[in-house]
Amino acid sequence: MEDYNIFASRVVTKNEPLAPGHRACIGCGEVLAMRLAAKAFNKNTIVVNATGCMEIIASQVPYNSWRLPWIHTLFENAAAVASGIESAIKVLSRKNRIPEEEIHVVALGGDGATVDIGIQALSGAFERGHNITYICFDNEAYMNTGIQRSSATPFGASTTTSPAGKKSIGQSTWKKDTPSIMVAHNIPYVATACPSYPFDLMEKIEKALSTNGPSYIHIFSVCPTGWRTKSDLAIRLGRLAVETGVFPLYEVENGVYKMNKIETELKPLSLYTKPQGRFKHLNDDQLSAIEARIHSEYEALKEKCELTQVREDM
Amino acid sequence: MAKSENELTWQDLEPGCIVTTPGNTTDYKTGDWRSQRPKYNLERCLKCGVCALFCPEGCINKTPKGYFIANPYHCKGCGICAKECPAYVITMEEES
Repeated sequence: MEDYNIFASRVVTKNEPLAPGHRACIGCGEVLAMRLAAKAFNKNTIVVNATGCMEIIASQVPYNSWRLPWIHTLFENAAAVASGIESAIKVLSRKNRIPEEEIHVVALGGDGATVDIGIQALSGAFERGHNITYICFDNEAYMNTGIQRSSATPFGASTTTSPAGKKSIGQSTWKKDTPSIMVAHNIPYVATACPSYPFDLMEKIEKALSTNGPSYIHIFSVCPTGWRTKSDLAIRLGRLAVETGVFPLYEVENGVYKMNKIETELKPLSLYTKPQGRFKHLNDDQLSAIEARIHSEYEALKEKCELTQVREDM
Repeated sequence: MAKSENELTWQDLEPGCIVTTPGNTTDYKTGDWRSQRPKYNLERCLKCGVCALFCPEGCINKTPKGYFIANPYHCKGCGICAKECPAYVITMEEES
C-alpha cells in the first residue's frame, strides 16, 4: 500500500476544486479529507455544505475556497437542501430548461451535522431515494464551536463538555455506529474512508458519485486542535486508527459488506491513544477494556463481511 | 478580489453575500500563521509527490524540474510533508 502511494501520487489528478488559502487549523486532517474528496468531483457537481468547520474555513465573506457551485445550509438540513436541488435538476431537465447532463449533488457535513443534528433530514432523504451523495467528515466532536462532545465522540475521550477528572472518565457513552444506521436504510452504497489512504478514499467517492441512488461516505478526519496532538500527526494517526481497529475501512454495496483493508493482527490501542491529549487520563485497565470492545466489534464486522458475501454467492 | 478584506464595506457585497469569483481565497495570505518552515534537501528527492498529496493546504506545486515545493504564501508549516516524506528530504526549521 505504502509503495503504491509513493509511485502513484504524482499522477493524481491536478483538478483542485478546493483552493488554498482557506483558514483551517495548522495540520487539519479534515480539510485534507475534503480536498482529496473534492479532487474526485467533476465540474458538474453542486456542493451543499452544512454548518461546521468545513463551512467556516472555506467561506469567510468575501472569500470562498470552492471552485464549484457551493451553497451553505444550516446544521440540520444539508440533506434536505441536497434533495431539493436534485429534484429541481430532474424537473428542469424534464422541461428542457437545462441541457441533459449528469449533475452530481454532494452534501457535506461534519459529525455534529450528520450524526446528531441532521440525522432526521438525512434519514428522510435516503428513505425517499434521492440521487445524492452524503459525505460525513467525522472528527469526533464539535470542534468548530470549541470541542463539545457529539454522539460520534469515542468512549473515554475528554472534551470540554465531557471533561475527564476524579469522578469522570471523559465521554461515558460509546461512539454511534453511523455507517450501520445508513446501511439499515437499504441504500445502494455506504463506505468508510480515511485520508491516510488517499487512493482508497478517492475511489470510494467516485464510486459513490456514479451510484444511481443515495450513497453515504463516512470519512475519519484527525483534528489536531481538538484531539490535543502535534500538528504533523494527522496522517499517522489516521493510519493507526485503521491499523488498531478503531476505524475499519469497509464498503457496503447493496447490503454486501466488504473490508478494504483486513488487519490479520490489530496493533495495540495504546499506539493510537498515546499521542492524543484527550486520552491521556486513561489507565491501562480502562484502555484494555476499550480495546476488548474494539476487537469484538472488529470481529463482528469481519463476520458480517463473510456472511453477506456468502449470501451473495448463493 | 480588488479590495482587501479591511477596505471592504457592506456596499461592495453582492445581495445574499454571493461570491462572484470562486476560489478567491488564493488571495488570502495564510503563510504568516507559520512558526516553522519546510527546508528541502533536493539531492535526495524522489519526485514522488507524496508531500503534495498529503498537504492539507494544497499549496505544494510541481516546479518545472519536477520537484514538489511548498508555496510560502499559503504554507502554514504543519510539518505533515516532513513527517510523510519517504526519502526524508524535508526538515522543519524555526521561522526566523
